[in-house]
Amino acid sequence: MSTFLQQLVNGLSVGSIYALIALGYTMVYGTLGLINFAHGEVFMIGCYIGLYAAFWLGYETLSAASFSPMSATLVLLLAMAGAAIVGMLIERFAYRPLRGAPRLAPLITAIGVSLLLQNIAVLAFSANPRSFPSIITEHRLEFAGVTITNIKIFIFAVSILLMLALEFFVKKTWTGRAMRAISVNLPAAKLMGVPADRVISLTFAIGSALAAAGGILFGLDQTKLEPLMGNMIGLKAFIAAVLGGIGNIRGAAIGGLLIGIAELMTAGYISSDYRDAITFVILIVILLVRPQGLLGVVRQEKV
Amino acid sequence: MTRFSAARRFLLLSSMSLALVAASGCKPKAGADGEGSGAQSGALVIGAYLSLTGSKADFGIKTQQGALLAIDEANAAGGVGGRPVKLVILDDQGTADEAGNAVTRLIDVENASAILGEVSSSLSLVGGRIAQRRGIPMVSPSSTNTQVTEIGNFVFRTCFIDPFQGEVMATFAKEKQGFTRIAVIKDVRNDYSIGLAKAFIETFTKNGGTIVAEESYNEGDTDFSAQLTKIKALEAQALFVPGYYTEVGNLAKNSRRLGLNIPLLGGDGWESPKLREIGGNDIVGSFYSNHFAPDNANEKSSAFIATYSKRWNEPPTALATLGYDATALIIDAMRRAKGEPTPAAIRDALEATKAFPAVTGAVTFDANRNPVKPAVVLKVTADGDKFVAEIQPAGAAPAAPAAPAAPAAPAAPAAPASGAAAAPAGSGSGAAK
Amino acid sequence: MIWTYRTAVSIALIAALFVINWALDAFVIEYVVRIILQCGINAILAVGLNLINGTTGQFSLGHAGFMAVGAYATAFAVIHLESGLGFSASNIPAPWMQGLLLSVGLLFGALFAGLAGLLVGAPSLRLRGDYLAIVTLGFAEIIRLIFTNTEALGGATGYSGGRPLGLPVYTNFFWVFLWAILLITLIGNFTFSSYGRALRAIREDEIATEALGINTTRMKVLASVISAAAVGVAGGLFAHLMGTIRPDDFKMDRSVAMIVMILIGGLGSVSGAIIGAIFVAVTLEAMRDIQQYRLLAYSLLLIGLMIARPQGLLGSRELRLPAFLRRKRGGAA
Repeated sequence: MSTFLQQLVNGLSVGSIYALIALGYTMVYGTLGLINFAHGEVFMIGCYIGLYAAFWLGYETLSAASFSPMSATLVLLLAMAGAAIVGMLIERFAYRPLRGAPRLAPLITAIGVSLLLQNIAVLAFSANPRSFPSIITEHRLEFAGVTITNIKIFIFAVSILLMLALEFFVKKTWTGRAMRAISVNLPAAKLMGVPADRVISLTFAIGSALAAAGGILFGLDQTKLEPLMGNMIGLKAFIAAVLGGIGNIRGAAIGGLLIGIAELMTAGYISSDYRDAITFVILIVILLVRPQGLLGVVRQEKV
Repeated sequence: MTRFSAARRFLLLSSMSLALVAASGCKPKAGADGEGSGAQSGALVIGAYLSLTGSKADFGIKTQQGALLAIDEANAAGGVGGRPVKLVILDDQGTADEAGNAVTRLIDVENASAILGEVSSSLSLVGGRIAQRRGIPMVSPSSTNTQVTEIGNFVFRTCFIDPFQGEVMATFAKEKQGFTRIAVIKDVRNDYSIGLAKAFIETFTKNGGTIVAEESYNEGDTDFSAQLTKIKALEAQALFVPGYYTEVGNLAKNSRRLGLNIPLLGGDGWESPKLREIGGNDIVGSFYSNHFAPDNANEKSSAFIATYSKRWNEPPTALATLGYDATALIIDAMRRAKGEPTPAAIRDALEATKAFPAVTGAVTFDANRNPVKPAVVLKVTADGDKFVAEIQPAGAAPAAPAAPAAPAAPAAPAAPASGAAAAPAGSGSGAAK
Repeated sequence: MIWTYRTAVSIALIAALFVINWALDAFVIEYVVRIILQCGINAILAVGLNLINGTTGQFSLGHAGFMAVGAYATAFAVIHLESGLGFSASNIPAPWMQGLLLSVGLLFGALFAGLAGLLVGAPSLRLRGDYLAIVTLGFAEIIRLIFTNTEALGGATGYSGGRPLGLPVYTNFFWVFLWAILLITLIGNFTFSSYGRALRAIREDEIATEALGINTTRMKVLASVISAAAVGVAGGLFAHLMGTIRPDDFKMDRSVAMIVMILIGGLGSVSGAIIGAIFVAVTLEAMRDIQQYRLLAYSLLLIGLMIARPQGLLGSRELRLPAFLRRKRGGAA
């Protein structure tokens, strides 16, 4: 029983990272109908920005324990800001010129951007993995035979917090409403005076910042960074978004957690050989059975 | 059919133009003396194909650094019979297509007399088969899969093979550490990891140990909690992780976090300063087998460590050392070659190698062109990896770490040779699962 | 009349291929021949992928999976045929026999890849656009995971038929280009037949096509099967060029590379796909001198191309020979 609970906790902790990254996919897809394939790479870049920010803030001279919570927050904010800029640049130079182009053109560009960022990262940071500084000291806690670290709890809390904030932003603020308006009908939103370019740019900024937050949390937890790390995680987060219903923020959160749990349960109780396969099986099944995802709404196609 | 004949003709035309390009642009090699070494005078070329970009770039770069050092030393010592030695390095990006193209290019365009490469066994298989077919000797510095040298008589290596390394760790775990219950977690995407796990499991169970679990992960994974949670419930005394340092550090962290405080055991894929950087305190206390231990240095190896560190501003890794050894061995064979150092003569000289004083131990080839040399076991400590034991290739009898001064004399080559030959030809068939 | 013309063309073609093959063997270094062979294999890949991605407008990101199926099936068939017929390392089949064995193997490759195309296509082609891209990507990953975990096919080390020298290297100019011409003609004819028109109609407006009484799902699945089978043949040729096939040879990068080929040439253009295929094989090799920036240049090319010309260099136009070289077109095919 405690093994099962442990696997469940493990699954939730893996899943909360997926959920955080899935939010970015869902936001961009929700507003633009574009799968931002480069999102996983933004996550990676955010992680590296965090690494350099930590060194810049003097992590090397201070010991892990004396690195203040203030500085740790600053690392997070710097990484989020940096990733937001990267996201906006990608949107401006790679996606905006293609607005109105055939539907698949931006998808291919997104693949190109993803490859570009990976290769820039390999050249800039080398393919060798780096270790992420433990800017928060790790403690191990034990309840009823289940082990968990303070960092995992922290990840979970931050994920939930960011999701709630995002939900509030999209539902209650003017900009959030503008985003939703664009997602329903871009030309109409423009006619109603929504500054579409600015709002879309902001969507990318927020999505990318969330990915960077995910990156920092991931770095804290797993302590390993490499230029290709965004690939698989990005793909799984995307699947999480699809599972929850792409375009739906709560869906992304639920999808992420479900994918995390499914993965860990497969590895724990079936075979670790099929851990990655299960994610793709879920994707295929959900798309065939309920393409709008768990929480999505069906959009009838107009003739 | 008629309608589309244009495209058909187009293809014909394009293929003919391609052939024309081929014929006019690249025909430096006359058909007649094609089997010679290409350049009759001038520099002797060693062609290297390595992963200099891609996710395995570090392996290639380290090997390259070692190889360049060997080339410099050889040229400073007058080259081969007065001719300088040149190293032409091509990047294969860690892909088979590129490895194939690179090796053919090295042979055809760069006129390589011998080939150096690859680190990864599956790419050495691609390149080695071309080298064998073209009759150019190839020395792999660090591919440990048995299949590599089984390709044929033109393929050599300077490292030990997986079955031996698996045996070493299994023996070490059982005899030296007294472990009887071990869990294995291997990288299923990596032939090296699979081969090593298989050899370890065979020896360990043969010696009376129990493998309590056989789990797997995929290269690039960062979360291992599911597998480790499962293992934790099984009360293993140690965890054998035949993977690369890129994942092992994290795996150690994951296991400590789950309260699984057993030592980790591994192979030469662990060796990197990154291991401790990523694994931190959690990897300390673990053991791995390797080709040499810097702190168990003899004269030859301490000299190498000094010159390498001076040239590259970092201590040599096993891959760098093997890259150096393989290159030095090729150059040595070129010098020993009878008559002109043609590829065939270099091959013969390579095969005749007797106790070549390599940094990683004296190299003498067995019947399968695998070197017979000892392995060392290192312990990961807070301030560096420390030598623990040296294990001779005689198999089950582990030698005491007594005499590190003299380069280990090759033990009776018959024993490991038969061991290697007994290994299944297709490592894919019949894994011990 | 038409029959004699065709026969004459076919014989001339085969003779030409044979002569070129001989000439390449005798006078051209293997390195260059290898790149020419890769051009031919790429051309099959591109034309095959183009049928579904370009002509039908159903975007697949998973053709590396079909290539893998074709490669493994071909290699497996050739190896087992050879041992069944008593050939071995010491009893090497005659050159013509090698080609025959390879061709039989390629038929197996096409069959299994086509079957995979059916299994993947039938359920997933109901999806549209980017969803389809992701599902095909998922299927390709699953195919790769299956090969990775199948010990009988070599697992991660790859399949070399249990032979020290690996899979026999039977892929040569003659067979690559014979198969290429065969498949390109076949797919070309299909593209310009009434079926092809239906496929293009689906690309332009699926709902309208459905309304015209065309069973769009059936048409799409048919295109998927043909496309997968062609790519499977390319996989088989690849297997017998490389000597070893590994699951990691068929990662997503491979699918992306195929897409780049058809994008460079033009989505929906058969001749464009061929140009793109040759361009990719040659430039990648030519960029060796700037090796560490190769992949960077490649991705920039992809982005730049999409922004400047999202329909590819040729668009869906076909490149044709100058009029005086062209035979007067016959009636409707």
